Amino acid sequence: MNRNYDVIVVGGGPAGLAAALEANKNGAERVLIIERDKELGGILNQCIHNGFGLHYFKEQLTGPEYAQRFIDMLEGTGIEVKTDTMVLSVTPDKKVWAMNTEDGYCCFNAGAVVLAMGCRERTRGAISIPGERPSGVFTAGTAQRYINIEGYMVGKKVLILGSGDIGLIMARRMTLEGAKVLAVCELMPYSNGLKRNIAQCLDDYGIPLYLSHTVTDIKGKNRLESVTVSRVDENLAPIPGTEIEFDCDTLLLSVGLIPENELSRNAGVPIDRRTNGAVVWQDRQTEIDGIFACGNVLHVHDLVDFVTKESMIAGRAAAEYVKNGGFPETTAENTVSLAAGNGVSYVVPQKIAVERTEKFVEAFFRVRTTYKDSEIVVRADGEELNVIKKSQLLPAEMERVVLPKAMLQKAAGKEITIEVRTKGDN
Amino acid sequence: MKREITCIVCPKGCLVTIDDANLEDVSGFGCPKGIEYAKNELLHPVRTVTSTVKIEGALHDRLPVRTNGDIPKELIFECMKLIRATKVSAPVRCGQVIIEDILGTGIDLIATRNA
Repeated sequence: MNRNYDVIVVGGGPAGLAAALEANKNGAERVLIIERDKELGGILNQCIHNGFGLHYFKEQLTGPEYAQRFIDMLEGTGIEVKTDTMVLSVTPDKKVWAMNTEDGYCCFNAGAVVLAMGCRERTRGAISIPGERPSGVFTAGTAQRYINIEGYMVGKKVLILGSGDIGLIMARRMTLEGAKVLAVCELMPYSNGLKRNIAQCLDDYGIPLYLSHTVTDIKGKNRLESVTVSRVDENLAPIPGTEIEFDCDTLLLSVGLIPENELSRNAGVPIDRRTNGAVVWQDRQTEIDGIFACGNVLHVHDLVDFVTKESMIAGRAAAEYVKNGGFPETTAENTVSLAAGNGVSYVVPQKIAVERTEKFVEAFFRVRTTYKDSEIVVRADGEELNVIKKSQLLPAEMERVVLPKAMLQKAAGKEITIEVRTKGDN
Repeated sequence: MKREITCIVCPKGCLVTIDDANLEDVSGFGCPKGIEYAKNELLHPVRTVTSTVKIEGALHDRLPVRTNGDIPKELIFECMKLIRATKVSAPVRCGQVIIEDILGTGIDLIATRNA
Protein backbone atom coordinates (compact mmCIF):
# COMPACT_ATOMS: atom_id res chain seq x y z
CA MET A 1 0.00 0.00 0.00
CA ASN A 2 1.36 3.40 -1.01
CA ARG A 3 0.97 5.59 2.03
CA ASN A 4 2.20 8.84 0.51
CA TYR A 5 -0.40 11.45 -0.37
CA ASP A 6 -0.28 15.01 -1.64
CA VAL A 7 -3.14 16.12 0.58
CA ILE A 8 -4.75 14.29 3.50
CA VAL A 9 -8.06 15.66 4.77
CA VAL A 10 -9.05 14.75 8.32
CA GLY A 11 -12.85 14.57 8.44
CA GLY A 12 -15.39 13.71 5.72
CA GLY A 13 -18.15 16.18 6.55
CA PRO A 14 -19.02 19.19 4.41
CA ALA A 15 -15.70 20.90 5.15
CA GLY A 16 -13.56 17.86 4.35
CA LEU A 17 -15.50 17.02 1.20
CA ALA A 18 -15.21 20.53 -0.24
CA ALA A 19 -11.52 20.82 0.69
CA ALA A 20 -10.67 17.45 -0.90
CA LEU A 21 -12.57 18.23 -4.11
CA GLU A 22 -10.97 21.64 -4.45
CA ALA A 23 -7.47 20.25 -3.75
CA ASN A 24 -8.05 17.66 -6.47
CA LYS A 25 -9.36 20.29 -8.90
CA ASN A 26 -6.24 22.39 -8.32
CA GLY A 27 -3.77 19.69 -9.17
CA ALA A 28 -3.24 17.60 -6.02
CA GLU A 29 -3.00 14.13 -7.52
CA ARG A 30 -3.25 11.88 -4.50
CA VAL A 31 -5.89 13.06 -2.06
CA LEU A 32 -7.16 11.02 0.90
CA ILE A 33 -10.18 11.74 3.10
CA ILE A 34 -10.14 10.02 6.50
CA GLU A 35 -13.53 9.81 8.24
CA ARG A 36 -14.24 8.20 11.61
CA ASP A 37 -17.93 7.45 10.91
CA LYS A 38 -19.09 4.61 8.67
CA GLU A 39 -20.06 7.03 5.91
CA LEU A 40 -19.21 10.47 4.54
CA GLY A 41 -21.37 13.54 5.11
CA GLY A 42 -20.71 14.29 8.77
CA ILE A 43 -23.42 16.05 10.74
CA LEU A 44 -25.41 16.73 7.54
CA ASN A 45 -26.63 13.13 7.62
CA GLN A 46 -28.75 13.83 10.70
CA CYS A 47 -29.86 17.32 9.63
CA ILE A 48 -32.84 16.03 7.64
CA HIS A 49 -34.62 19.42 7.58
CA ASN A 50 -34.38 21.69 4.57
CA GLY A 51 -32.81 25.12 4.17
CA PHE A 52 -29.32 24.07 3.11
CA GLY A 53 -27.69 25.09 -0.14
CA LEU A 54 -29.50 28.34 -0.94
CA HIS A 55 -26.21 30.20 -1.33
CA TYR A 56 -24.11 27.50 -2.94
CA PHE A 57 -26.61 25.57 -5.08
CA LYS A 58 -29.30 28.29 -5.28
CA GLU A 59 -31.94 25.81 -4.12
CA GLN A 60 -33.39 24.44 -0.88
CA LEU A 61 -31.87 21.10 0.06
CA THR A 62 -31.97 18.93 3.15
CA GLY A 63 -28.70 18.06 4.91
CA PRO A 64 -28.39 14.55 3.41
CA GLU A 65 -29.10 15.93 -0.08
CA TYR A 66 -26.43 18.60 0.33
CA ALA A 67 -23.94 15.94 1.43
CA GLN A 68 -24.97 13.62 -1.39
CA ARG A 69 -24.18 16.30 -3.99
CA PHE A 70 -20.58 16.45 -2.78
CA ILE A 71 -20.27 12.68 -2.34
CA ASP A 72 -21.43 12.27 -5.96
CA MET A 73 -18.78 14.76 -7.09
CA LEU A 74 -16.06 12.47 -5.72
CA GLU A 75 -16.82 9.94 -8.43
CA GLY A 76 -14.15 9.81 -11.11
CA THR A 77 -11.80 12.19 -9.29
CA GLY A 78 -9.53 9.50 -7.89
CA ILE A 79 -9.91 10.95 -4.39
CA GLU A 80 -9.48 8.08 -1.92
CA VAL A 81 -11.73 7.69 1.11
CA LYS A 82 -11.17 5.73 4.30
CA THR A 83 -14.31 5.58 6.44
CA ASP A 84 -14.58 3.96 9.87
CA THR A 85 -11.03 5.18 10.40
CA MET A 86 -9.93 7.18 13.41
CA VAL A 87 -7.06 9.65 13.14
CA LEU A 88 -5.07 9.46 16.36
CA SER A 89 -2.46 12.08 15.69
CA VAL A 90 -1.13 14.53 13.16
CA THR A 91 2.50 15.60 13.46
CA PRO A 92 4.11 18.91 12.41
CA ASP A 93 6.04 17.03 9.69
CA LYS A 94 2.63 16.00 8.32
CA LYS A 95 2.47 12.35 9.25
CA VAL A 96 -1.07 11.20 9.94
CA TRP A 97 -1.42 8.28 12.35
CA ALA A 98 -4.71 6.46 12.07
CA MET A 99 -6.42 3.20 12.91
CA ASN A 100 -9.14 1.01 11.47
CA THR A 101 -10.08 -2.67 11.41
CA GLU A 102 -8.56 -3.30 7.95
CA ASP A 103 -5.20 -1.54 8.03
CA GLY A 104 -4.70 -1.64 11.79
CA TYR A 105 -2.53 1.12 13.21
CA CYS A 106 -0.86 2.88 10.33
CA CYS A 107 0.89 6.04 9.27
CA PHE A 108 0.21 8.09 6.16
CA ASN A 109 2.58 10.77 4.83
CA ALA A 110 1.10 13.98 3.48
CA GLY A 111 2.47 16.91 1.52
CA ALA A 112 -0.24 19.00 3.19
CA VAL A 113 -2.89 18.25 5.81
CA VAL A 114 -6.35 19.83 5.98
CA LEU A 115 -7.98 19.68 9.42
CA ALA A 116 -11.76 19.43 9.00
CA MET A 117 -12.93 17.70 12.18
CA GLY A 118 -15.92 19.96 12.84
CA CYS A 119 -17.22 20.75 16.30
CA ARG A 120 -18.87 19.21 19.35
CA GLU A 121 -21.82 20.25 21.45
CA ARG A 122 -21.41 21.77 24.88
CA THR A 123 -22.91 19.47 27.49
CA ARG A 124 -24.68 19.79 30.81
CA GLY A 125 -21.27 19.57 32.49
CA ALA A 126 -19.89 22.42 30.40
CA ILE A 127 -22.52 24.82 31.71
CA SER A 128 -22.76 23.31 35.22
CA ILE A 129 -26.53 22.87 35.54
CA PRO A 130 -27.22 21.93 39.17
CA GLY A 131 -29.60 19.19 40.33
CA GLU A 132 -30.01 15.43 40.22
CA ARG A 133 -28.62 13.32 37.42
CA PRO A 134 -31.45 11.26 35.93
CA SER A 135 -31.61 9.98 32.36
CA GLY A 136 -33.52 12.10 29.87
CA VAL A 137 -31.02 14.97 29.58
CA PHE A 138 -29.56 15.07 26.07
CA THR A 139 -27.68 17.49 23.91
CA ALA A 140 -30.00 18.45 21.05
CA GLY A 141 -27.66 16.94 18.45
CA THR A 142 -27.52 13.60 20.25
CA ALA A 143 -31.32 13.48 20.35
CA GLN A 144 -31.33 14.42 16.66
CA ARG A 145 -29.09 11.48 15.83
CA TYR A 146 -31.21 9.05 17.89
CA ILE A 147 -34.41 10.16 16.16
CA ASN A 148 -33.30 10.82 12.59
CA ILE A 149 -30.69 8.12 12.05
CA GLU A 150 -31.23 5.41 14.62
CA GLY A 151 -35.02 5.71 14.87
CA TYR A 152 -35.41 6.02 18.65
CA MET A 153 -37.82 8.56 20.13
CA VAL A 154 -36.14 10.19 23.11
CA GLY A 155 -39.15 11.46 25.14
CA LYS A 156 -42.75 12.64 25.33
CA LYS A 157 -42.73 15.90 27.31
CA VAL A 158 -39.81 18.05 26.41
CA LEU A 159 -38.17 21.24 27.58
CA ILE A 160 -35.38 22.78 25.52
CA LEU A 161 -32.61 24.99 26.90
CA GLY A 162 -30.93 27.19 24.32
CA SER A 163 -32.47 28.80 21.27
CA GLY A 164 -29.67 28.08 18.83
CA ASP A 165 -30.74 26.59 15.52
CA ILE A 166 -30.32 22.97 16.61
CA GLY A 167 -32.60 23.56 19.60
CA LEU A 168 -35.25 25.23 17.43
CA ILE A 169 -35.09 22.53 14.74
CA MET A 170 -35.43 19.85 17.42
CA ALA A 171 -38.46 21.59 18.94
CA ARG A 172 -40.27 21.15 15.63
CA ARG A 173 -38.91 17.66 15.04
CA MET A 174 -40.03 16.38 18.46
CA THR A 175 -43.47 17.97 17.91
CA LEU A 176 -43.89 16.30 14.51
CA GLU A 177 -43.00 12.96 16.07
CA GLY A 178 -45.76 13.35 18.64
CA ALA A 179 -43.96 14.81 21.66
CA LYS A 180 -45.23 17.86 23.56
CA VAL A 181 -42.58 20.58 23.62
CA LEU A 182 -43.40 22.75 26.63
CA ALA A 183 -41.03 25.63 25.99
CA VAL A 184 -37.66 26.77 24.74
CA CYS A 185 -35.64 28.74 27.33
CA GLU A 186 -32.84 31.10 26.40
CA LEU A 187 -30.35 32.60 28.84
CA MET A 188 -29.71 35.69 26.71
CA PRO A 189 -32.33 38.41 26.10
CA TYR A 190 -32.26 37.48 22.38
CA SER A 191 -32.35 34.23 20.43
CA ASN A 192 -29.20 32.77 18.98
CA GLY A 193 -31.09 31.09 16.15
CA LEU A 194 -32.16 32.29 12.73
CA LYS A 195 -35.37 34.32 12.73
CA ARG A 196 -36.94 32.00 10.22
CA ASN A 197 -36.39 29.07 12.58
CA ILE A 198 -38.22 30.93 15.37
CA ALA A 199 -41.09 31.40 12.91
CA GLN A 200 -41.25 27.94 11.35
CA CYS A 201 -40.18 25.80 14.33
CA LEU A 202 -41.72 27.58 17.33
CA ASP A 203 -44.47 29.97 16.17
CA ASP A 204 -45.94 27.42 13.73
CA TYR A 205 -46.52 25.00 16.61
CA GLY A 206 -47.33 27.47 19.38
CA ILE A 207 -44.16 26.68 21.36
CA PRO A 208 -43.32 29.52 23.78
CA LEU A 209 -39.82 31.05 23.88
CA TYR A 210 -38.72 32.30 27.30
CA LEU A 211 -35.88 34.81 26.81
CA SER A 212 -33.60 35.63 29.80
CA HIS A 213 -34.45 32.32 31.44
CA THR A 214 -32.25 29.38 32.39
CA VAL A 215 -32.48 25.97 34.05
CA THR A 216 -31.74 26.14 37.78
CA ASP A 217 -32.72 22.66 38.95
CA ILE A 218 -33.22 19.17 37.60
CA LYS A 219 -35.26 16.55 39.50
CA GLY A 220 -35.70 12.82 38.90
CA LYS A 221 -34.62 9.52 40.42
CA ASN A 222 -34.14 7.35 37.35
CA ARG A 223 -35.83 9.30 34.57
CA LEU A 224 -36.14 13.07 34.50
CA GLU A 225 -39.30 14.21 36.33
CA SER A 226 -39.15 17.99 36.37
CA VAL A 227 -37.01 20.95 35.41
CA THR A 228 -37.00 24.28 37.22
CA VAL A 229 -36.49 27.40 35.13
CA SER A 230 -35.70 30.86 36.54
CA ARG A 231 -35.55 34.33 35.04
CA VAL A 232 -32.07 35.88 35.01
CA ASP A 233 -31.04 39.49 35.66
CA GLU A 234 -28.86 41.64 33.40
CA ASN A 235 -25.76 39.87 34.77
CA LEU A 236 -27.33 36.54 33.76
CA ALA A 237 -27.74 35.55 37.44
CA PRO A 238 -30.98 33.69 38.31
CA ILE A 239 -33.51 35.84 40.20
CA PRO A 240 -34.88 34.08 43.33
CA GLY A 241 -38.67 33.84 43.37
CA THR A 242 -39.05 33.61 39.58
CA GLU A 243 -38.91 29.80 39.44
CA ILE A 244 -41.27 27.94 37.10
CA GLU A 245 -41.39 24.15 37.41
CA PHE A 246 -42.01 22.12 34.25
CA ASP A 247 -43.08 18.48 34.57
CA CYS A 248 -41.21 16.78 31.74
CA ASP A 249 -39.30 13.61 30.92
CA THR A 250 -36.77 15.13 28.56
CA LEU A 251 -34.43 18.13 28.57
CA LEU A 252 -32.59 19.00 25.38
CA LEU A 253 -29.55 21.26 25.54
CA SER A 254 -28.66 23.49 22.62
CA VAL A 255 -26.10 25.59 24.44
CA GLY A 256 -23.30 26.10 21.99
CA LEU A 257 -20.71 24.34 19.90
CA ILE A 258 -16.97 24.02 20.42
CA PRO A 259 -14.49 23.30 17.62
CA GLU A 260 -12.96 19.87 18.14
CA ASN A 261 -9.24 20.61 18.15
CA GLU A 262 -7.56 17.80 20.11
CA LEU A 263 -5.65 16.73 16.99
CA SER A 264 -4.68 20.31 16.15
CA ARG A 265 -3.44 20.99 19.69
CA ASN A 266 -1.41 17.79 19.76
CA ALA A 267 0.15 18.77 16.44
CA GLY A 268 1.26 22.01 18.11
CA VAL A 269 -1.09 24.23 16.08
CA PRO A 270 -1.60 27.53 17.97
CA ILE A 271 -5.26 28.05 18.89
CA ASP A 272 -7.10 31.38 19.09
CA ARG A 273 -8.83 31.41 22.46
CA ARG A 274 -11.72 33.46 21.05
CA THR A 275 -12.65 31.13 18.18
CA ASN A 276 -11.36 27.96 19.92
CA GLY A 277 -9.98 27.17 16.47
CA ALA A 278 -6.55 27.51 14.89
CA VAL A 279 -4.94 30.86 14.17
CA VAL A 280 -4.94 30.98 10.36
CA TRP A 281 -3.70 33.00 7.40
CA GLN A 282 -6.11 34.08 4.67
CA ASP A 283 -5.66 30.77 2.83
CA ARG A 284 -6.54 28.93 6.08
CA GLN A 285 -2.98 27.76 6.66
CA THR A 286 -2.34 27.43 10.38
CA GLU A 287 0.87 28.63 12.04
CA ILE A 288 2.38 25.26 11.08
CA ASP A 289 3.51 25.15 7.45
CA GLY A 290 1.38 22.87 5.31
CA ILE A 291 -1.33 22.28 7.91
CA PHE A 292 -4.62 23.95 7.02
CA ALA A 293 -7.95 24.15 8.88
CA CYS A 294 -11.46 24.90 7.68
CA GLY A 295 -15.13 24.62 8.57
CA ASN A 296 -16.45 24.31 12.11
CA VAL A 297 -13.10 23.12 13.48
CA LEU A 298 -11.81 26.61 12.68
CA HIS A 299 -14.80 28.63 13.86
CA VAL A 300 -18.47 27.74 14.22
CA HIS A 301 -20.43 28.76 11.12
CA ASP A 302 -24.17 29.52 10.81
CA LEU A 303 -24.66 27.95 7.38
CA VAL A 304 -23.07 24.96 5.70
CA ASP A 305 -22.81 26.99 2.49
CA PHE A 306 -20.22 29.18 4.21
CA VAL A 307 -18.37 26.08 5.45
CA THR A 308 -18.15 24.89 1.85
CA LYS A 309 -16.80 28.22 0.62
CA GLU A 310 -14.18 28.41 3.35
CA SER A 311 -13.11 24.83 2.80
CA MET A 312 -12.62 25.46 -0.90
CA ILE A 313 -10.13 28.18 0.04
CA ALA A 314 -8.23 25.71 2.26
CA GLY A 315 -8.33 22.90 -0.33
CA ARG A 316 -7.05 25.13 -3.11
CA ALA A 317 -4.26 26.47 -0.90
CA ALA A 318 -3.23 22.97 0.19
CA ALA A 319 -2.88 21.96 -3.48
CA GLU A 320 -0.85 25.12 -4.21
CA TYR A 321 1.35 24.43 -1.21
CA VAL A 322 2.17 20.92 -2.47
CA LYS A 323 2.68 22.04 -6.09
CA ASN A 324 5.08 24.82 -5.12
CA GLY A 325 6.89 22.81 -2.48
CA GLY A 326 5.70 25.22 0.24
CA PHE A 327 4.95 28.92 0.49
CA PRO A 328 7.71 31.53 0.66
CA GLU A 329 8.19 32.86 4.17
CA THR A 330 6.16 35.99 4.90
CA THR A 331 8.07 38.77 6.61
CA ALA A 332 6.52 40.89 9.35
CA GLU A 333 6.54 43.88 6.95
CA ASN A 334 4.37 41.90 4.57
CA THR A 335 1.93 40.71 7.20
CA VAL A 336 -1.33 42.31 8.23
CA SER A 337 -2.75 41.01 11.47
CA LEU A 338 -6.49 41.22 12.00
CA ALA A 339 -7.91 41.94 15.43
CA ALA A 340 -11.34 42.12 17.02
CA GLY A 341 -11.99 45.66 18.22
CA ASN A 342 -14.79 47.12 20.32
CA GLY A 343 -17.97 45.01 20.16
CA VAL A 344 -16.45 42.25 18.04
CA SER A 345 -15.78 38.83 19.55
CA TYR A 346 -13.49 37.36 16.89
CA VAL A 347 -12.13 37.75 13.38
CA VAL A 348 -11.07 35.02 10.92
CA PRO A 349 -8.50 34.93 9.37
CA GLN A 350 -6.21 36.34 12.03
CA LYS A 351 -3.28 36.97 9.65
CA ILE A 352 -2.90 38.05 6.04
CA ALA A 353 0.21 37.59 3.89
CA VAL A 354 -0.10 40.61 1.61
CA GLU A 355 1.98 39.15 -1.24
CA ARG A 356 -0.19 36.00 -1.30
CA THR A 357 -3.38 38.06 -1.68
CA GLU A 358 -4.94 38.00 -5.13
CA LYS A 359 -7.57 40.75 -5.27
CA PHE A 360 -9.06 40.86 -1.78
CA VAL A 361 -9.48 38.98 1.48
CA GLU A 362 -12.84 38.39 3.12
CA ALA A 363 -12.73 38.78 6.90
CA PHE A 364 -15.44 37.00 8.90
CA PHE A 365 -16.43 38.08 12.38
CA ARG A 366 -19.12 38.01 15.03
CA VAL A 367 -20.39 40.83 17.23
CA ARG A 368 -20.61 40.43 21.01
CA THR A 369 -24.21 41.56 21.47
CA THR A 370 -27.13 42.91 19.44
CA TYR A 371 -26.76 46.36 17.84
CA LYS A 372 -29.27 48.54 15.99
CA ASP A 373 -28.32 51.29 13.52
CA SER A 374 -24.60 50.97 14.04
CA GLU A 375 -21.46 50.99 11.93
CA ILE A 376 -18.68 48.52 11.26
CA VAL A 377 -15.37 50.39 11.29
CA VAL A 378 -12.23 48.94 9.70
CA ARG A 379 -9.18 50.69 11.10
CA ALA A 380 -5.39 50.47 10.81
CA ASP A 381 -3.29 52.35 13.36
CA GLY A 382 -6.15 54.71 14.16
CA GLU A 383 -6.91 55.53 10.53
CA GLU A 384 -10.39 54.60 9.32
CA LEU A 385 -10.10 52.53 6.16
CA ASN A 386 -13.75 51.67 5.71
CA VAL A 387 -17.07 52.33 7.45
CA ILE A 388 -20.14 50.20 6.73
CA LYS A 389 -23.61 51.10 8.01
CA LYS A 390 -25.59 48.23 9.55
CA SER A 391 -29.24 48.45 10.49
CA GLN A 392 -28.94 45.35 12.66
CA LEU A 393 -26.11 43.21 14.03
CA LEU A 394 -26.68 39.93 15.88
CA PRO A 395 -24.14 37.60 17.54
CA ALA A 396 -25.94 34.68 15.88
CA GLU A 397 -25.15 35.98 12.40
CA MET A 398 -21.61 35.87 11.09
CA GLU A 399 -20.66 39.17 9.45
CA ARG A 400 -18.20 39.77 6.63
CA VAL A 401 -16.10 42.64 5.33
CA VAL A 402 -14.05 42.69 2.16
CA LEU A 403 -10.48 43.96 2.46
CA PRO A 404 -9.21 44.89 -1.03
CA LYS A 405 -5.54 44.27 -1.86
CA ALA A 406 -4.81 48.00 -2.12
CA MET A 407 -6.03 48.48 1.46
CA LEU A 408 -3.92 45.58 2.67
CA GLN A 409 -0.81 46.92 0.90
CA LYS A 410 -1.32 50.23 2.69
CA ALA A 411 -1.68 48.45 6.02
CA ALA A 412 1.22 46.01 5.49
CA GLY A 413 3.16 45.46 8.69
CA LYS A 414 0.31 46.86 10.77
CA GLU A 415 -2.75 45.63 12.57
CA ILE A 416 -6.23 46.08 11.14
CA THR A 417 -9.03 46.11 13.69
CA ILE A 418 -12.69 45.56 13.00
CA GLU A 419 -15.03 47.21 15.49
CA VAL A 420 -18.64 48.22 16.03
CA ARG A 421 -19.45 51.90 16.49
CA THR A 422 -22.84 52.88 17.86
CA LYS A 423 -24.31 56.38 17.74
CA GLY A 424 -23.19 57.09 21.30
CA ASP A 425 -19.54 56.53 20.34
CA ASN A 426 -19.46 59.44 17.88
CA MET B 1 -54.88 45.34 9.89
CA LYS B 2 -51.10 45.40 9.43
CA ARG B 3 -49.51 42.02 10.05
CA GLU B 4 -45.80 41.29 10.60
CA ILE B 5 -44.58 38.06 9.05
CA THR B 6 -41.07 36.59 9.27
CA CYS B 7 -40.20 35.28 5.83
CA ILE B 8 -38.81 31.73 5.95
CA VAL B 9 -37.71 31.46 2.33
CA CYS B 10 -34.01 32.09 3.06
CA PRO B 11 -31.74 32.39 6.11
CA LYS B 12 -32.01 36.20 6.07
CA GLY B 13 -35.50 36.05 7.63
CA CYS B 14 -36.92 39.43 6.55
CA LEU B 15 -39.73 40.85 8.68
CA VAL B 16 -42.40 41.61 6.08
CA THR B 17 -45.29 43.93 6.97
CA ILE B 18 -48.51 43.30 5.07
CA ASP B 19 -52.05 44.66 5.35
CA ASP B 20 -54.53 41.79 5.53
CA ALA B 21 -57.26 44.00 4.03
CA ASN B 22 -55.04 45.04 1.11
CA LEU B 23 -52.43 42.45 0.14
CA GLU B 24 -50.72 44.91 -2.20
CA ASP B 25 -49.77 47.07 0.81
CA VAL B 26 -46.57 45.21 1.69
CA SER B 27 -43.12 46.36 2.89
CA GLY B 28 -39.96 45.10 4.61
CA PHE B 29 -39.19 42.38 2.06
CA GLY B 30 -35.66 41.89 0.74
CA CYS B 31 -36.72 40.23 -2.52
CA PRO B 32 -39.91 39.35 -4.48
CA LYS B 33 -40.08 35.94 -2.77
CA GLY B 34 -40.84 37.76 0.47
CA ILE B 35 -43.92 39.41 -1.04
CA GLU B 36 -45.20 36.07 -2.30
CA TYR B 37 -44.48 34.37 1.01
CA ALA B 38 -46.31 37.03 3.04
CA LYS B 39 -49.36 36.88 0.74
CA ASN B 40 -49.45 33.08 0.98
CA GLU B 41 -49.23 33.25 4.76
CA LEU B 42 -52.48 35.21 4.83
CA LEU B 43 -54.28 33.29 2.07
CA HIS B 44 -53.17 29.66 2.45
CA PRO B 45 -49.97 29.00 4.42
CA VAL B 46 -47.87 26.10 3.12
CA ARG B 47 -44.77 24.25 4.36
CA THR B 48 -42.29 21.61 3.22
CA VAL B 49 -42.38 18.59 5.54
CA THR B 50 -39.17 16.72 6.32
CA SER B 51 -39.06 13.51 8.34
CA THR B 52 -37.91 9.89 8.15
CA VAL B 53 -39.51 6.55 7.26
CA LYS B 54 -38.55 3.03 8.33
CA ILE B 55 -36.13 1.26 5.99
CA GLU B 56 -34.94 -2.34 5.90
CA GLY B 57 -31.63 -3.58 4.57
CA ALA B 58 -29.80 -0.24 4.73
CA LEU B 59 -26.88 0.95 6.88
CA HIS B 60 -29.32 2.76 9.20
CA ASP B 61 -32.92 1.97 10.18
CA ARG B 62 -34.32 5.32 9.01
CA LEU B 63 -34.48 6.91 5.58
CA PRO B 64 -34.78 10.71 5.47
CA VAL B 65 -37.64 12.02 3.30
CA ARG B 66 -39.26 15.32 2.33
CA THR B 67 -42.21 16.58 0.38
CA ASN B 68 -40.94 17.72 -3.02
CA GLY B 69 -42.95 20.92 -2.68
CA ASP B 70 -45.00 22.79 -0.10
CA ILE B 71 -48.21 21.29 1.27
CA PRO B 72 -50.98 23.15 3.14
CA LYS B 73 -49.91 23.80 6.71
CA GLU B 74 -53.07 22.21 8.14
CA LEU B 75 -52.14 18.89 6.50
CA ILE B 76 -48.74 18.58 8.23
CA PHE B 77 -49.92 16.21 10.99
CA GLU B 78 -52.02 14.13 8.54
CA CYS B 79 -48.90 13.86 6.41
CA MET B 80 -46.86 12.75 9.46
CA LYS B 81 -49.40 9.95 10.12
CA LEU B 82 -48.82 8.58 6.62
CA ILE B 83 -45.06 8.94 6.97
CA ARG B 84 -45.09 7.01 10.26
CA ALA B 85 -47.02 4.14 8.66
CA THR B 86 -44.59 3.84 5.74
CA LYS B 87 -41.86 1.22 5.46
CA VAL B 88 -39.47 0.76 2.53
CA SER B 89 -36.65 -1.62 1.60
CA ALA B 90 -33.15 -0.79 0.37
CA PRO B 91 -31.89 0.05 -2.20
CA VAL B 92 -33.38 3.54 -2.49
CA ARG B 93 -31.98 6.38 -4.57
CA CYS B 94 -31.95 10.01 -3.48
CA GLY B 95 -35.02 11.64 -5.10
CA GLN B 96 -36.97 8.37 -5.44
CA VAL B 97 -40.71 8.80 -4.83
CA ILE B 98 -41.77 7.12 -1.56
CA ILE B 99 -45.43 8.26 -1.46
CA GLU B 100 -47.04 9.60 -4.63
CA ASP B 101 -49.47 12.54 -4.54
CA ILE B 102 -49.55 12.72 -0.75
CA LEU B 103 -53.08 13.50 0.59
CA GLY B 104 -54.18 14.51 -2.90
CA THR B 105 -51.94 17.60 -2.84
CA GLY B 106 -50.17 16.73 -6.08
CA ILE B 107 -46.94 16.72 -4.07
CA ASP B 108 -44.81 13.57 -3.69
CA LEU B 109 -42.83 12.41 -0.69
CA ILE B 110 -39.28 11.68 -1.85
CA ALA B 111 -36.15 10.08 -0.36
CA THR B 112 -33.36 12.56 0.44
CA ARG B 113 -30.43 10.16 0.39
CA ASN B 114 -29.17 6.96 -1.18
CA ALA B 115 -29.65 3.96 1.09
